[in-house]
Amino acid sequence: MFDFSIITHWIDNLLRSWMPENAALFVEFVLVGVVLLLTYAVIALALIYIERKVCAFFQCRLGPNRVGPYGLLQSVADMFKMLIKELIEIKHTDKFLFNLAPYIVIVSSMLAFGCLPFGRGLIAIDFNIGIFFIMAVSSIGVLGILLAGWASNNKFTLIGAMRSGSQMISYELSIGLSFLTMVVFAGTMQTSGIVEAQSSGWFIFRGHIPAIIAFLIYLVAGTAETNRGPFDLPEAESELTAGYHTEYSGIHFGFFYLAEYLNLFIVSGIATLLFLGGWMPFHIGGWEGFNQIMDYIPSVIWFFGKVFVVMFIIMWFKWTFPRLRIDQLLRLEWKYLVPISLVNLLLMVLVVIFKLHF
Amino acid sequence: MGKIQEKIASFLPEAVFEEGQYLTVTVAPRKWHGLARFLHDDPELQFDYLASLIGVDWGETLGVVYYLNSTKYNHWVIIKTETSDRENPLLYSVSDVWESANLNEREVYDFYGIRFINHPDMRRLFLREDWVGYPFRKDYDANPDINPIPVSNEEANDKTVVLEETEEGTIVEKEKILFEKDEYVVNIGPQHPATHGVLRFKTSLNGENIKKIDVHCGYVHRGIEKLWESMTYPQTLHMTDRLDYLSAHNNRHALCLCIEKGLQLEVPERAVYIRTMMDELMRISSHLLFFATMCMDLGGLTAFFYGFRDREKILDIFEETCGARMTMNYNVIGGVMADIHPDFQRKVKEFIAYMPDKLKEYHQIFTGNVIAQQRMKGVGILSYEDAINFDVTGPSGRGSGWACDVRKRTPYAAYDKVQFKEVLRTEGDTFARYMVRMDEIKESLYILEQLVDNIPAGDYAVKTKPVIKVPEGRYFQQVEAARGAFGVYLESRGDKFPYRLKVTSPGLTLVGAVDHLTRGAKIADLIAIGASLDYVVPDIDR
Repeated sequence: MFDFSIITHWIDNLLRSWMPENAALFVEFVLVGVVLLLTYAVIALALIYIERKVCAFFQCRLGPNRVGPYGLLQSVADMFKMLIKELIEIKHTDKFLFNLAPYIVIVSSMLAFGCLPFGRGLIAIDFNIGIFFIMAVSSIGVLGILLAGWASNNKFTLIGAMRSGSQMISYELSIGLSFLTMVVFAGTMQTSGIVEAQSSGWFIFRGHIPAIIAFLIYLVAGTAETNRGPFDLPEAESELTAGYHTEYSGIHFGFFYLAEYLNLFIVSGIATLLFLGGWMPFHIGGWEGFNQIMDYIPSVIWFFGKVFVVMFIIMWFKWTFPRLRIDQLLRLEWKYLVPISLVNLLLMVLVVIFKLHF
Repeated sequence: MGKIQEKIASFLPEAVFEEGQYLTVTVAPRKWHGLARFLHDDPELQFDYLASLIGVDWGETLGVVYYLNSTKYNHWVIIKTETSDRENPLLYSVSDVWESANLNEREVYDFYGIRFINHPDMRRLFLREDWVGYPFRKDYDANPDINPIPVSNEEANDKTVVLEETEEGTIVEKEKILFEKDEYVVNIGPQHPATHGVLRFKTSLNGENIKKIDVHCGYVHRGIEKLWESMTYPQTLHMTDRLDYLSAHNNRHALCLCIEKGLQLEVPERAVYIRTMMDELMRISSHLLFFATMCMDLGGLTAFFYGFRDREKILDIFEETCGARMTMNYNVIGGVMADIHPDFQRKVKEFIAYMPDKLKEYHQIFTGNVIAQQRMKGVGILSYEDAINFDVTGPSGRGSGWACDVRKRTPYAAYDKVQFKEVLRTEGDTFARYMVRMDEIKESLYILEQLVDNIPAGDYAVKTKPVIKVPEGRYFQQVEAARGAFGVYLESRGDKFPYRLKVTSPGLTLVGAVDHLTRGAKIADLIAIGASLDYVVPDIDR
């Protein structure tokens, strides 16, 4: 299997041979940043297109089909429109916080995005608390949403922001607990370590019952965390018009929009990382021939393929289920998901101690 | 008839009686409230359903006509009360007897300037607070200089006025505060995705909970009833399609029936059958749209498209026969505008075969869903008594167990020739209202099935005179529109124009019940309740 660290090391050595170490590091940082930002934008555009097509087919429609072949350039055109739109200033708002909010949201999602392992050796930063870091930075996003709702000086946005705050903070618990469950199983918080640990079988198979429970809880909580249907209360279109980003226009609205889609990708990416083996090909212990064939498929394709499957599931229930009510949403979390997660964590610990896993 | 007259005469000897379509009783304003209470409470009369409340300007006098019905005995009485004081007309409110009088009396105040003593909220309903004059009066000056196009926003008014009578008989105005200064008031509407049109709910919130709702209507009021007074009878018909555009055929059917009643015109059998079928198709299409928007309001966008996909088939049928997909202009006085398209029967049969499977699909994707059930069950419970009191007719009323189907109570058109079940549910919650509509689609299909092969041959319309003059009198006709009982009141003075033509739309009373249903509910429940009541705004704002 091709190791992308060959390329990165080659670039590293090349730069170091030309310039002093600090300068080389600086150039590398800039390069990595630019590449990540580009991937971020391209993935967001692709996702918007995919979502629109997928939902169109669910709804007996065709979806975008005018701009470019099969409407492929539709989201690019939309992005241009978004970029050249006026940033409307609203009276009686807290200008600084109002303008700050979208950046907080997008920065938090970019930071989490940067920690995902996209393929073998293709990871921007791989430190020993990787998964913990992802969780920490992705929870900053709620601050941006709260600020957006508050600073807009609009009653609808405020309700949306309050809903969002209570929702995201609640569901953070379930996410954290299902992370913890898998970290117990993997024995490490380092993303590369987690992926390596799944070389003989993905965690969802090896960890059987507790892993499957954790996966399901993670899917539900992850969807809630990204504010997508059926948990899209903060921006419940039919209730709050557009929730916390009602007053935003132009690229500031675009940032919320991009972050929302990228959060979908990140949530699916983490699900892939923790449960479906990350970029690790599908391996069955003992079947050497089969495993070798699987290794011929590049790791990047494995990663994106699995992410897409998870995303499709999340899209599927977004476009099928009606929306929950706020009290039902919180009841689901506090009365069902949290207790189940706690019991599940205990179960996982027992499984690990008594080596009941495969 | 005799019994009602006897009863009223024994209670109120000075009442004046008049025979007609129904017994008409004229009472002095001062006596009316007592009589109203008597009519409502007397066990042998039990006029618990205020079917229509109509303000009229009779020239020298201004007054109100009430159509009362008993849900138990299904007998009718018309009450007339009038005042000759045109400067400061005052009548007594009956909104404490029939809750549905609340918005209707405000409408009368808005258009005729009659103020109602003891009404809890005597504000204008449709027009701006600063409107000069009362437009439905016959002597109203429509000069645009008096009411120029406003260039400023309407002042937000959180106060209202209540007129009270003191012991000595003088009338005092009391100010009543609707919303306190520190209340968190959110305007849901007029531009809002879930109000299905330009309707505004001024909502006072406590967190996510609703404390109180104040309904503001009139954003699309076109004064159709006023326009009617200067239109010939065939012209009046065109406006009905623009009321509740989702039951256009039914509305127009009602007006045609009312005028035909006045003319004593016999409609050919073929036209009667075609009208009935069109009404039922319209009902199905309206209920499909209800399903679609209900799902959308609860956040299930995919089901929204399914409803629209199937409604399209009905619109295609309409298009072939009527030439339009909305505002069909199909019924005319004495029959229908044109004969049915040769493909009509085949297409209807295809649709009857097509729809049951789709209904199953709806139930699979939406009705059976846990989230949908949790959002609907036990939300916005309307009791049987309240349904009658608030005049919540149609599927919404039947969800509360009130057998209010006009097709059954006073059959018109071909409804006495077909068999169908009146769908009733007793829970009274959002889910019941939803299920009643879904089951009614089945019943409508069944009605269509019985009629489609039996359309009699013959003329599709009788020839009418070029100038239609309805003989002097008062006529009233109710039909079952998709949203409830749709009443048409026609007062004619033998002219070629109606003297007063008023529609009692189901929408206004449905909206009148929203505040009652949403007290203490969540914002999301308001959306669910509103969707399940299924009001259409042009029907409220006529």
